[in-house]
Amino acid sequence: MSDVAIESHLKKAYEHGWQTDIEQDVFPPGLDEEVIAALSGRKGEPEWLLAWRLKAYRHWLGMAEPTWAKPHHPPIDYQAISYYAAPKSKDADGPKSLDDVDPKLLETYEKLGIPLHERAALAGVAVDAVFDSVSVATTFRKQLAEVGVIFMSFSEAVREHPELVRKHLGSVVPAFDNYYAALNSAVFSDGSFVYVPKGVRCPMELSTYFRINSMNTGQFERTLIVVEDGAYVSYLEGCTAPMRDENQLHAAVVELVAEGNGEIKYSTVQNWYPGDEQGKGGIYNFVTKRGICKGRGSKISWTQVETGSAITWKYPSVILKGDDSVGEFYSVAVTNNRQMADTGTKMIHLGRNTRSTIVAKGISAGRSDSAYRGLVRINPKAEGARNHTQCDSLLLGDTCGAHTFPYIEVKNPTATVEHEATTSKVSDEQIFYLRQRGLSEEDAVNLVVNGFCKDVFKQLPMEFAVEAQKLLAVSLEGSVG
Amino acid sequence: MLEIRNLHAKVGDTPVLKGLDLSVASGSVHAIMGPNGAGKSTLAKVLAGSEDYEVTEGSVTFDGHDLLAMDIEDRANAGLFLGFQYPVEVPGVTNAYFLKLALNAKRKAAGLDEIAPGAFLKLLKDKMDHLEMDPAFRNRFVNVGFSGGEKKRNEILQLLVLDPKLAVLDETDSGLDIDALRVVAKGVNSLRDAGHAIVVITHYQRLLDYIVPDQVHVLVDGRIVRSGDKDLALQLEDEGYAAVRAAT
Repeated sequence: MSDVAIESHLKKAYEHGWQTDIEQDVFPPGLDEEVIAALSGRKGEPEWLLAWRLKAYRHWLGMAEPTWAKPHHPPIDYQAISYYAAPKSKDADGPKSLDDVDPKLLETYEKLGIPLHERAALAGVAVDAVFDSVSVATTFRKQLAEVGVIFMSFSEAVREHPELVRKHLGSVVPAFDNYYAALNSAVFSDGSFVYVPKGVRCPMELSTYFRINSMNTGQFERTLIVVEDGAYVSYLEGCTAPMRDENQLHAAVVELVAEGNGEIKYSTVQNWYPGDEQGKGGIYNFVTKRGICKGRGSKISWTQVETGSAITWKYPSVILKGDDSVGEFYSVAVTNNRQMADTGTKMIHLGRNTRSTIVAKGISAGRSDSAYRGLVRINPKAEGARNHTQCDSLLLGDTCGAHTFPYIEVKNPTATVEHEATTSKVSDEQIFYLRQRGLSEEDAVNLVVNGFCKDVFKQLPMEFAVEAQKLLAVSLEGSVG
Repeated sequence: MLEIRNLHAKVGDTPVLKGLDLSVASGSVHAIMGPNGAGKSTLAKVLAGSEDYEVTEGSVTFDGHDLLAMDIEDRANAGLFLGFQYPVEVPGVTNAYFLKLALNAKRKAAGLDEIAPGAFLKLLKDKMDHLEMDPAFRNRFVNVGFSGGEKKRNEILQLLVLDPKLAVLDETDSGLDIDALRVVAKGVNSLRDAGHAIVVITHYQRLLDYIVPDQVHVLVDGRIVRSGDKDLALQLEDEGYAAVRAAT
């Protein structure tokens, strides 16, 4: 593998690095109770929610940033971040229809490949577009409402369905869960809310597209998805940000609740700006994602393709409370240049005959470092629980690293827990072989990498599997020579 | 079609090819035999463009082009196929997908459109039937978990689908039982016509009972020391390389 090819890769451009020039309502940097009250006021929130935020904030003040993760970063100055940024044209209640949305915003999403006009939108996919701190549009709402599915921005849900939000908010990720979850609980801006009533199979894919645009702004979104008995939803989130020299913080919280025989399929294609080749800039992606399989036979499946961010630190988890419930985690994490990723999952088995599957694929190139960190816990009452974990690492070049940290706690003797791990390299022989059959070097590398990720990609909805493959190709351009 | 003149190549600091000459005309079948370490596999890999070897002297023209100046994939798409002695595994990539990708790369290089899915499936089925392959191999990952013989048969499937002008088959017979050998030979022989040339590299005369060469060359210590017709292979089998070497 030639150094020249690796070099050429390091100069690859981040495709979504541009910014939208739009007048914005931005809070000055800084965080205190007044800022939180102002944020809550701007959104017209009820008193209970402000009280909830302030309680989280006061608790957060007494917490320390975690230091156990493998990635290290310079201390974050939380007073230097702005906690609210919204396009100015948007009034407090939000645009009534797409006609009220600033054309510049529509253009922004168009450029990102997410047309918001329903006639141009991806067939069968409803989109909630979040721009900095606010949701700017949600498509196909009428069609969804006809079958009883609620899909709207979190802020709207607080106004329109306060009883549902209040019941479930913080029920899976408590406000004091961890440092970043507490911060999010205090200052969360917007995000998506999904509710699928009993027995309804959501007729289309739901998708939220997060875009950070403003400088020095943190994005703290909050997503809550609830499916009732026997209901089903497939949800996808995508994310991008402009290229900036400063690191930007993204600290989201996602909560999933599945009642009896309900199923949630949650897919992420994360493509935040990863920083330049020297490791300057990029998003810090410190996210808490957790679901609870509350009812019997419920199922939660996380699929993630992580290609962006300077530092990724996330562990989408499932609490398997209902008997016979199923948790799945399928992950591809790609790191390149100076990126660092510490990601994995937690499967907490509480109910009887609960099952979990973990398939984690790490691909490292450049001088990057990636770690799989996972916990499988079988509690004493989880009779007959089963877990299978497969962790595979693929190295491109010899200046990158891959690590696996599995934690297994079994407190019931009837449980079956399996863990397999492999590390491999894209070999010169493979590349020679594929090129001898006529493939270019890039195509050869992509073929090997895509083959490596096959088990995960096949879990993604069709359109996104194609996008994920392309994204992978861009992320690893020229990384093997 | 292929003209090799005074070819010298080394791996690291060790010279392996030391002035090799070979001329292969369209429509002909050549066999290259020789003892271990003589440079047979090196010749195959140098022709394919492996970066493990450095060519220090000499020239190779393929169809009028300077082969040594071309990239690996350009050589392949110009019609040079190497049947690997040790075919490589590609986990997660199905045989059918890989073959379609390779065929389309070749078509693109020739300025042709991608093959229609239906036409490809038919082509694949025809070739697999010809090689008496289980249709299940279409959706198995390239060479993953294949036996030695299955891997070799898979190489010949690729050969037939890609239909190159020149096939260089590096010890395709090793690891094959007699039935597999017959099938592989049937596949190779189906390419015998005025538009194709075949170079088989082998240790043993056995393969040449099935793929009868027009010329046999003896490669010793990086050079072709003797050439003859198919009877030379029989003579080698009887007398061994030492005798042939002594006679030169």
